[in-house]
Amino acid sequence: MSAVLALDGVVLARGGSRVLDGADLRLERGERLALVGANGAGKTTLLRALVGLEKPTAGRVVAFGRPCADEPDFRTVRRRVGLLFQDPDDQLFCPTVQEDVAFGPLNLGETPKAAFATARATLDRLGLDHLAERITHRLSGGEKRLVALAGLLAMAPEVLLLDEPTNALDDANRARMLDLLAGLDATMLIVSHDRPALERLATRAVVLQGGRLEPAIIHRHPCPTPALHIHGLDDDHRHELETAARRA
Amino acid sequence: MSRDLLAPLDPRTRLLGALALILAVLSLDGPAAGLLAVAAAFGLALAAGWRPAGLARRLVHVEGIMAALFLVLPFTTPGTTVLHLGPLTATSDGLLLALGLMLRVTASALIVLALLATVEPIRLGQALARLRTPVRLVQLLLLVLRYGALLRAELRRMREAARARGFRGGLSIHALRSFGWLAGMTLVRALERAERVEEGMRLRLWQGALPVAAPGRLGRADAAFGTGVLALALLAVIGIR
Ligand SMILES: Nc1ncnc2c1ncn2[C@@H]1O[C@H](COP(=O)(O)OP(=O)(O)OP(=O)(O)O)[C@@H](O)[C@H]1O
Ligand SMILES: [Mg+2]
Repeated sequence: MSAVLALDGVVLARGGSRVLDGADLRLERGERLALVGANGAGKTTLLRALVGLEKPTAGRVVAFGRPCADEPDFRTVRRRVGLLFQDPDDQLFCPTVQEDVAFGPLNLGETPKAAFATARATLDRLGLDHLAERITHRLSGGEKRLVALAGLLAMAPEVLLLDEPTNALDDANRARMLDLLAGLDATMLIVSHDRPALERLATRAVVLQGGRLEPAIIHRHPCPTPALHIHGLDDDHRHELETAARRA
Repeated sequence: MSRDLLAPLDPRTRLLGALALILAVLSLDGPAAGLLAVAAAFGLALAAGWRPAGLARRLVHVEGIMAALFLVLPFTTPGTTVLHLGPLTATSDGLLLALGLMLRVTASALIVLALLATVEPIRLGQALARLRTPVRLVQLLLLVLRYGALLRAELRRMREAARARGFRGGLSIHALRSFGWLAGMTLVRALERAERVEEGMRLRLWQGALPVAAPGRLGRADAAFGTGVLALALLAVIGIR
């Protein structure tokens, strides 16, 4: 199997306690994997480990079939993987929107002219062209998030790691974000507490609990409680999943 | 502010224009020329959309410093005595010097308000970059502007949060300790923010090169304004002779 990103028994401590404790993950090409878990479960930490911002104390990170250990390893990974931060203020730092979106393409070696053209085209594609000249720190929270995503997409990543992409978006922008993500070819790992969004986007789900990843399913129970939810696989649900697999 | 007639000007034109005009103004001699310069600069500021009241409010700071000159210069410059104050004597030469200086500084302040204060500081930083100012300097300025804003916002958020929970300030032990926490947290947050921003930059493959400013075009307004400034500056220089 050709997982684009994988974790093998990763152990990672933050602030003294083990946030990841033998986590195994395989992200297959083309899938959109939902990663759920309680606040503080370690979802953000897991994403950071995948791009080399956190170093595991045990286990390994494998990207595109190659184990990654040090900064140079991860630099080649970051060309192909984009991480959308939970807080867009951490991501936007250029004075204006178009410069921020052009930042990645410039680092990829595009000429300034080409990079700004790429930035413009990306903003157009996301319907954000009206923000191009704006000062980044004067944008609203929702606008910042969309611009941060534009900054990633301008680098045409094969894999997107999204940390709560619909957080703080109003209905219109949330719908826009979902349409946009649904229309992308990229492989995705989506961290979110927004269940309807996950139901729409995700092709598979895992839950992070006690430092480990377990398969989970996103579904609505038939009436009388059609409310959407996600949980681990107890026997009932395992059965449901098997039926679904047989149908597919 | 009302309509800004200077809005179409490129930040580069503004920077160079302000520099040329201020140099011209500083090279002027005597109160008459100074008065003329103030009048012209005032006109420019009005064209930039300033209301007289707003200008006055900002000039008060400048004139405060100038008042100190008026207290010192007349009594320290040698020349014809016009006033005795105990052991001190004020000279007419000193008075004229102070007056001339005040007018020239006022005119310069008005030029800055008209041309520079009306655009985003960040745009001016970018203009500096395009005028080939040393890149490190510009970078520093831009980052200070960007993160200064973020820091201020962070401080404001925390202050508002404190106030929303009934915090009133003052000099009690509780208030002082809270101020200490506020200052400490602002610093801690700023450091962590800096760390995360650096990570964000690394994820987008930054390796120490500097972000580039978006290209901009100079237009007809810039040409017209530039010619005008050049003519005025020449006139000022010729006028001295
Ligand atoms: N900078 C840090 N220093 C020390 N501990 C940290 C730090 N950041 C996070 N932690 C701890 O690591 C654990 C996992 O945090 P993480 O941010 O990965 O959780 P999360 O699943 O993303 O939560 P949320 O849903 O709230 O975003 C938490 O217990 C948190 O307290
Ligand atoms: Mg998180």
